[in-house]
Parts: sequence; structure tokens; C-alpha cells
Amino acid sequence: MRAPSLRRRLVGQLIVLSAGLAIALYVAVRLGAERASEATLDGILGAATSTIAEELRSVEGGAELDLSPGTFSMLAAMGEERIFHRIDINGLPVTGYADLPLPPRAPTALQPVFYDAEYRDADLRLVAVARSLMIENRAAPVLVIVGQTREGQRAIALGLANRAAALGLAVFLFAIPFSLLSARTLLRPIGRLAEAVGRRGGHDLRPVRHPAPAELAPLVDQLNAFIARLRQTLAQTETFIAEAAHHIRTPLATLRSEAEMALRQAGDEPTRTRLRGMIRATEESARSANQLLDHATVLFRADQKAQDRVDLGAMARALADRFRPTADLKDMEIRLSLPEERLETSGDAVLIEAALRNLIDNALKYSPADSTVEISLVDDLGYARIEVTDRGRGLGGETQAALAQRFRRGPNVGGVVGSGLGLTIVSETATAMGGRFALAEREEGGTCATLWFPRSR
Amino acid sequence: MRFLLIEDNADLARSVHERLEMDGHAVDHAATLSEADDHLAVAPYDLILLDITLPDGDGRAFLQRQRARKADTPVIVLTARSAVSDRVDTLDLGADDYLTKPFDFAELEARCRAVLRRRGGTVTNLQSYADLVFDPMGGFVSVAGENRDLRNRELRLLEVLLSAPGRILSKDQLCDRLFSLSEPVSDNAIEVYIARLRKKLEGSTARIETVRGLGYRLTGG
Repeated sequence: MRAPSLRRRLVGQLIVLSAGLAIALYVAVRLGAERASEATLDGILGAATSTIAEELRSVEGGAELDLSPGTFSMLAAMGEERIFHRIDINGLPVTGYADLPLPPRAPTALQPVFYDAEYRDADLRLVAVARSLMIENRAAPVLVIVGQTREGQRAIALGLANRAAALGLAVFLFAIPFSLLSARTLLRPIGRLAEAVGRRGGHDLRPVRHPAPAELAPLVDQLNAFIARLRQTLAQTETFIAEAAHHIRTPLATLRSEAEMALRQAGDEPTRTRLRGMIRATEESARSANQLLDHATVLFRADQKAQDRVDLGAMARALADRFRPTADLKDMEIRLSLPEERLETSGDAVLIEAALRNLIDNALKYSPADSTVEISLVDDLGYARIEVTDRGRGLGGETQAALAQRFRRGPNVGGVVGSGLGLTIVSETATAMGGRFALAEREEGGTCATLWFPRSR
Repeated sequence: MRFLLIEDNADLARSVHERLEMDGHAVDHAATLSEADDHLAVAPYDLILLDITLPDGDGRAFLQRQRARKADTPVIVLTARSAVSDRVDTLDLGADDYLTKPFDFAELEARCRAVLRRRGGTVTNLQSYADLVFDPMGGFVSVAGENRDLRNRELRLLEVLLSAPGRILSKDQLCDRLFSLSEPVSDNAIEVYIARLRKKLEGSTARIETVRGLGYRLTGG
């Protein structure tokens, strides 16, 4: 199972956050607008009501209200609102709407009381102001209540709220591309790092030097530590193999050299037979060690996909020169036929060399003295085709597939020392390099081994 | 031929040393690179046999040093390392050839010859017997001043016979020198090569006699 995508999580969180912000913005603007308009309304309403209360004068047997035009203009400033009033003296309504709701608590002279109430199917904002008036030489409590509908205020608040909603939505809509963009920008270093590591190829065991943000530095450090450990392990393995080979081969060389000398000096046939057996055994163990190492190298390197440019003609020539003294020992001839043009393939030079070396080695080993081994290289429809042909004993009725199996040798090897790994190495190399290997018996006797490698341009 | 053998394994060094002397070569042995430098300072050598893993350093470093100071004595590396890349390395560093241990002496000889021939500096240790003149390294034979073209096995057969003229050499002794010890050889194989050599040396005063039941010997007037 994969962990959720960082990008998706980051974008999701940024969007949720901006949606929250947009809602908070809307609520704050709306509440603020309502409060502000209410406070303004209350101020005007309170001032007008206080003025009305002030303008009450006591007259003979009652009270008189002489409203100045300023008071009305103050109330008219509120817009298309309806105004209701009620004046109580001694607790009894004397003028205005007698059924206008009373305040929830009694106001004092200094402290008007503001309140909301429903009246004649309208929401009213009301203010009650108290004072006392000397009527007939007695202090009479006077209560002045002024109420006002709030449609205009509502309309203003709604307009503001709509604007706030539009603003919130705009913020939210802007936040979506912004969070996508910022997620991409933030995550880009991760992608670049992954790409840089991916481009290196499996065999590149140098530490990662790609610049990484501080948050990725621990990851890069761990990666580098891992690469260093891997490199060390590989180096140890290589050293171990080299050491093991050295420690086995040197005594084997002594054994062989001593046995050869003893054979030169020995006279009687039983001793000579034994010494020959010893020499064959050293030869066999050395060859097995060689081929096992070569085979391990093929398996190890095949995964690494090295892409050297390999000049197959030059390689065939070098190998032919290298094998000539060996061929001379059997009076054999190595004939080389190379094209004039340069035939190159791209792949692991070490593996291709190992494959070719094994084929030539086989051809020399299984051929009779005085015969010829031919190595030819030609262009074959975009492939470089290398043929190694001999006049040896052929395949002994075995199929190519059978002979390519590990440790499988033909029934006709006779007394020739071998490990049964040579053709395995050749066939595995051909596959790893994107090429092909074919083995066929020649009509005139002998074997023709063919390798194809894709030509590079 | 004068060999410098640089090999730290005492047993192997002694064995190779004796074996080369048996074939009539002069051999100095160095167990370390510094000993090798001492030897090289006082005597010229025809060929250096060099081991790679030595107690006081890597044989490849020695090879590089040699090439850097333009010392061009041919070097054949005797290596116990067989990793493919090691083999390629040694040649790149200027070795003339390499052999992986354990090695066949016949192959070592063949490679020494090939290297010396390639270098063009054929050592002139000509052997002569009767009217035969023989250069074992150059692979060159003449009968009464007339060059004869011999193949490798014929040359080696002649070389063995010339190493003990007048002595009877058994078929087995000749077989051991001529054929790889790890390849099966039929009983009459040696007779084929004796016949070929006789044909090549026709007209010479030197003759290969068959000693019935015992073997062959080289005689000359």
C-alpha cells in the first residue's frame, strides 16, 4: 500500500485552510457590519429620544411637547424607516402609540435602555429615556419611548454581507490555484532529487551531490550512507574473491609445477599416470574456479547495465592475438576476418569479452591439432554478428539449450578438461546485452557458434 | 635466456626457478619489489615474470614504474587474480602478456617466445648441432645454411631432441613436452610428429633414429 500523496495532502490542507479563512472573513465582516450599523442607529435614536425628552415642558395641568425640526431631521436621516413613539407620564400613556412595547427594565435619567421588539409585524429597535417633570408642583416620572423599523439597516447589512461573501469566495477561489502552485513549488526539489538519483543508473555508486533543501538533507545523508555501505560491501566481496582466488591458485600453481617436474624425471609408468592425474586435477580445479568467478561476474554485472561503446573488431583482434600462442601449441591457426567498417555495440565490455573469450577457448580446446579456427565479424541487419567456427567434434547430438545449462557438458568431450559453465556464460551475456547466441553443428564437421549484438551508431 | 622471477610464494618460486633452469635458462628470484629493483639495477634481463600480489606492493605499480622510466624489458604477469577486469588492467598498464596461475609450462614458454618475437629483440642464443642451426626463441631453423619452415610442435620436438643429443628419449618423455598434459593423446601421435620433423630436416646430417622399444635419439655426423 502506498502512503497518501504529499501533494494531495498539502493541497487538501491548504484548501481547507483557505475555506476556513474565507468563512471567518465572511462572518467577521457580517457581524462587524451589523454591529456598526446598529451602533449608529442606536446613537441617532438615543440622541433624538433624549432631545424629545428634554423638550417636554410642564404646562398647567400637564405637559407640552414642542418638537424642534432638528429632531425630525435627525430621525429622517435614517432613511425610509417608520418611526413610532410613546410618552408615558406617571406610568400612563399620554401620547403616541399606547401599545408600543415597554423596555425590559426601567431606564434611569442617565442611562437610556435600548431594546428590540416586534410591533405591528415589524422588527423595531427601541429606546426608552426617563426623566421627571414637575407637574403641578409634583415630580412626575416621564418615560419617552421612540421606536424605529430596521428595514433600511437590514438592507445595508445584507449588502455588506453579500460583499463579504463575495470577498470570501474570491479568497477561496484564489487559494485553489495558489495552493496547487505552492504545492508544486514546494515538492519540486523532491522530484528533482528523485530524478537525479534515478538518472544515475545502478552502477553509479558515487554519493548523491544534488542540492537538496534542508528538510531533505537527512534523507540524502541516509542515502549516501547506504551507498557508502553498499560500496564497501561490494569492495569487500571483490577483495574476498580476489584473495580467495589468490590463496587457492598459488598453491595449485606450485602443485602443478612440481608435478610437471616430477613427471619429467619419473621413469616408471604407474608414477607417470598418477602424476598426469594430478596435473589434470589441478587444471580442472583452476578452470572451475575461473569459470565460477566469470559466471558470478556475469550475473553481477548483467544487472548493472553498463553502456560502454565496444569496438567488436578491435576486441576480436586483441583476443585472437592473445590466443595465438595457445593455438600454436597445437599447431592450430586462428583466422580472423573483419569488416573494413567499425562495428560497435553498446554494452558491458567486460561481459562481451568474457563471452567471446569462452567461445574461442572452446573452439581451440575441442579441435584437433593442425586445424583452423575462424573468427568473423559482419553486419547483419543492424546487428553485429560474430561467428567462431571450428573443425572440432561438434555438439555430440546435444541441443544448444541443453549445453547452455550450468555444469552440463556434451557426451563427446572426451578427456578435455572443462567446467560446463562456458556456454552458460556466453548465453547469459548475449541475453543481458540484448543480443542472441546460436550454436550449430557444421555439415563438414565442427561447430559454428554465433553471437549477435545490437549495433550502435 | 635470463629471467627475473618476482614471486613471493617461496614454494612456487623455487619450483618455477628449478623448472626454468632445467630448460637451460638463467633465473634470478626476487621475493619483493625492492629486491626486484636491486636485481634490475645490476643486471639486464631478457624477460621479467611478475606476480601481482607482493608483500611490499602491487605488481601493477611496479609495472607502471618500469614503463614510466622507459625500462622496456618484456614483462609477463603471472597472476592469481582472474577477474576479467584485472586481466584487461594488466595489459593496459604495459604488461606484454599475462598467465593465470596455475599455468602450463609449455604455454609459458610459448608466450615468452611470442613476446620476444613481437618485441623483435630475438635473443641470439643460437644452438647448433651437425649442420643444424636452431634459434629456439625466434623459432628459426636452418639446415646447412638453408632455412626450413617448422611448425610449433616440430620446433619443440627438435628443441627437446637437441637438449640431449645422442641420448635416447622415450615416447612418453617426448609426449609430455609436446602435448598439453590435460589433453588426451593417442599412442601414435608422437610418431606423426617424428615423421614430419624428419621430412622437414631432410638432407641434414643430423638424423632422428628410432630405437625400437625405447624411443628416439638425435644423431649427427
